[in-house]
Amino acid sequence: METILEVNNLHVTFTTYGGTVKAVRGVDFHLYKGETLAIVGESGSGKSVTANAIMRLIPHPPGKITAGTIRFKGREVTKLSEKEMRTLRGDDVSMIFQDPMTALNPTLTIGTQLMEGLRQHQKTPRHLAKKKALEMMNVVGISNAEERLKQYPHQFSGGMRQRIVIAMALICDPELLIADEPTTALDVTVQAQILELFEDIQKRTGVSIILITHDLGVVASIADRIAVMYAGKMIEMGTKREVFYNPQHPYTKGLLHSVPRLDVQKEQLTSIDGTPPDLFSPPSGCPFAARCSWTMEVCEHVYPEQTALTPSHRVDCWLQDERAKHVVTSMTRK
Amino acid sequence: MLRYILKRLLIMLITLWIIVTLTFVLMVSIPGSPFNSESSSNEVIQENLEKHYHLNQPYVIQYLLYLKSTVTFDFGPSIKQSNQSVNDLLGRGFPISFELGIVTIIVALISGVILGIVASLRHNGVIDYMAMAFAVLGISIPNFILATLLIQQLAVHLEMFPVARWSSPKHMVLPVLALATGPMAIIARLTRSTMLEVLTEDYIKMARAKGLSPWRIMIKHALRNALMPVVTIMGTLLAGILTGTFVIEQIFAIPGMGKYFVESINQRDYPVIMGTTVFYSAFLILMLFLVDLAYGLLDPRIKVHEEGGDEQ
Amino acid sequence: MKLTEEGPPCQSPSHIPDEWFHRKETDQSAAEVVSRPSLSYWKDAWNRLVQNKMAMLGLIFLIVLAIMAIIGPVLSPYEVNKQDLPNQYQPPSLEHWFGTDAAGRDVFTRTWYGARISLFVGLMAAIIDVTIGIIYGGISGYKGGRTDDIMMRIIEILYGLPYLLVVILLLVVLGPSLTTIIIALTVTGWVGMARIVRGQVLQIKNYEFVLASKSFGAKTSRIIRKNLLPNTMGPIIVQMTLTVPSAIFAEAFLSFIGLGIQAPYASWGVMANDSLSAILSGNWWTLFFPAFFISFTMFAFNVLGDGLQDALDPKLRK
Repeated sequence: METILEVNNLHVTFTTYGGTVKAVRGVDFHLYKGETLAIVGESGSGKSVTANAIMRLIPHPPGKITAGTIRFKGREVTKLSEKEMRTLRGDDVSMIFQDPMTALNPTLTIGTQLMEGLRQHQKTPRHLAKKKALEMMNVVGISNAEERLKQYPHQFSGGMRQRIVIAMALICDPELLIADEPTTALDVTVQAQILELFEDIQKRTGVSIILITHDLGVVASIADRIAVMYAGKMIEMGTKREVFYNPQHPYTKGLLHSVPRLDVQKEQLTSIDGTPPDLFSPPSGCPFAARCSWTMEVCEHVYPEQTALTPSHRVDCWLQDERAKHVVTSMTRK
Repeated sequence: MLRYILKRLLIMLITLWIIVTLTFVLMVSIPGSPFNSESSSNEVIQENLEKHYHLNQPYVIQYLLYLKSTVTFDFGPSIKQSNQSVNDLLGRGFPISFELGIVTIIVALISGVILGIVASLRHNGVIDYMAMAFAVLGISIPNFILATLLIQQLAVHLEMFPVARWSSPKHMVLPVLALATGPMAIIARLTRSTMLEVLTEDYIKMARAKGLSPWRIMIKHALRNALMPVVTIMGTLLAGILTGTFVIEQIFAIPGMGKYFVESINQRDYPVIMGTTVFYSAFLILMLFLVDLAYGLLDPRIKVHEEGGDEQ
Repeated sequence: MKLTEEGPPCQSPSHIPDEWFHRKETDQSAAEVVSRPSLSYWKDAWNRLVQNKMAMLGLIFLIVLAIMAIIGPVLSPYEVNKQDLPNQYQPPSLEHWFGTDAAGRDVFTRTWYGARISLFVGLMAAIIDVTIGIIYGGISGYKGGRTDDIMMRIIEILYGLPYLLVVILLLVVLGPSLTTIIIALTVTGWVGMARIVRGQVLQIKNYEFVLASKSFGAKTSRIIRKNLLPNTMGPIIVQMTLTVPSAIFAEAFLSFIGLGIQAPYASWGVMANDSLSAILSGNWWTLFFPAFFISFTMFAFNVLGDGLQDALDPKLRK
């Protein structure tokens, strides 16, 4: 499979007057053409920052990519000039934000906002841009498109607005779509519709999708692969099947146990005690050590090695070490 | 939209009526008739006054007739200047004051908005601090003091501009500068703070994610939203500029309405005071109304909300 | 066990002692990091205000000004209205620190008298505005419903009245004096304050609802002190700080159009107006001192108001 995006050792920090926040601390992953990678984690885990870093949309100051490489189709994104970056944004790579209620400019018509990217990137003449806009409205399932183009955002419901935002992101036929919590602000029924729309669009256009979410239900329905982030680190990554049925990191296990399931009966929902570490001064060891029920001495001092279980499944955890075998067995016996 | 306009119109009319009534109440409550022979200089004027104000009628009739003449924009004769009606003075002075006011508001708007934008784009930078320090000073120094300072430095000392009068563009520079600095400072501060707020909005981030040029993001997406609050304070600023013309015209000896108004106050020329007050109030209230309308047109949410066309 | 090539740079696994691979009881309390100590609202606001250099400059200036307004005239051997024609237009010197004016009066003495008038007018206007504003806005917000509707409609109408024109009209009839100027300035001046107070009262009402259901009894006074007052007093205090300079400006403005405070009082506005002709003849000091103090006082109140706004806004707490 062709790799479209490759991120290596990405570090992002934010300088605030309270100190330096190390929001992303060495993230590696790659994305194949036409697949959906879900990045999962709780708020503050660095998943949105990672997404924004790929777009180079980290507000600077205070934020900065301090190390690492981001290769998009062989081009090094971190080295592009702001001008070159603009030709990439919205054209080859697009982004969808969490809240459709605020992502649209209240004073411009939907039509203007839909067409402006197209006109900027592909210098499309007005009537062709409008044709394309109408087509996209159709794709995202908005009827009466001709009339709707002349309307303003406040005349649409939340779900409709998110459809418009999606249309806006797809209008230039991007190869990569980054969706940052695209369904979080929506009603549950609308969520399902939007997820279906994503699948439909991917089938149609072959776009690669990075889906940022904290909702495992969303992941289960459309992701091909899953990456779990915690405290600025990508602690586990694998195919959907691997992560859901054979989670290795205690944090991933905890996450999965905190989701209600209909297919398993009598299972109690558990929550993970404690809070994530302070990223002003992250611990030198495993950031999850303080909340983990398998913590060993080593976890508090050294960050775990990356262990590859299969070519697609990897995890950062000391329990994978041979010397920790007895801990694992003792726990399983319990 | 129509309901909105009608509601504003009604409030506007009530406010105007209060002003007219207030002037009438004040006229009759001034100890001793304001129009007695001692304050007017000759009998012709006295006769005209009695004719205009129907002084021999009961108060109620006087009031109604006063309302009627005000509605028809007939403000009666001046006490101090024979054969001059208040309308004559307004006709002569108002165009000049209007010119001064319009130039001032344009200068204040353009320079204030630009200053505010530049400051917001260089947030917490040297330019930002300097612009805001300048703005605080501009708000703090009263226009009449700025005017005398400008006369002393630029007109008397450096002889760059004429000291007074109103006949060429060069004569405009100092009065406009004195009058525009305050409003400009207010606009600059407001533009800066709303720009800073708007620039953090999601739709700006979205526009950046679309790869739009900074210029387009600035003009199309940020500025329009940032200028809404500026539109809402235009009414207050206009009132400030209008009252500012009273002192500025006096200091620069500009033969505008403001100068006549101040003279009429000093001479207790009551018909001129009353007429000018009513006229100015009507003008200001009209301007406030236009500002409201402009806001309604600028913000699509207001228009449609009033039509009830929301389809959520 | 297989390791990928991108291992952590710190230590290779073989160097880690084996005894580290034993289970440890987790200390849950360690995960909960205590955030910064909580300060009382007012103390916190004060700390933020102190850090604002401009606001502190304004505050210090105002304190000095207030002290000088009280003791300044006593320090000077000259009387405020004592004319001394042979000594007219003396430039600043050791005898007359700020020089003398057209009538030979000592500008230093008159400046501090002017400070008294300006500060008095400003503070009185602010106090009266707040009083009326709290009563009107309080009733409007507390009663709600139809009463509130009507009271707000009245405010809307009054808001449309051109402030300074009404003031001028009133003063023409009442005749300018210290009392009438304060009355004129507050006749429509309270409207803005009433709006703010009403908004705050509406907020309190919402809180009360929560309060009643949450905690009856002893804790209520504490909640009012800790939560309600900070949230509601902030905007009122800020509005007060901004009322004072606008009243000082209005008083000076009125002097300029011949409706200023009359002798024996000497306000800054009157002093500046009297000196207009003097600048053309080069006697700058007669205008400079009153003009400087009007401007700097307004500046001080403005920056203090800005600083208070930032310091009192709970949303800005970080």
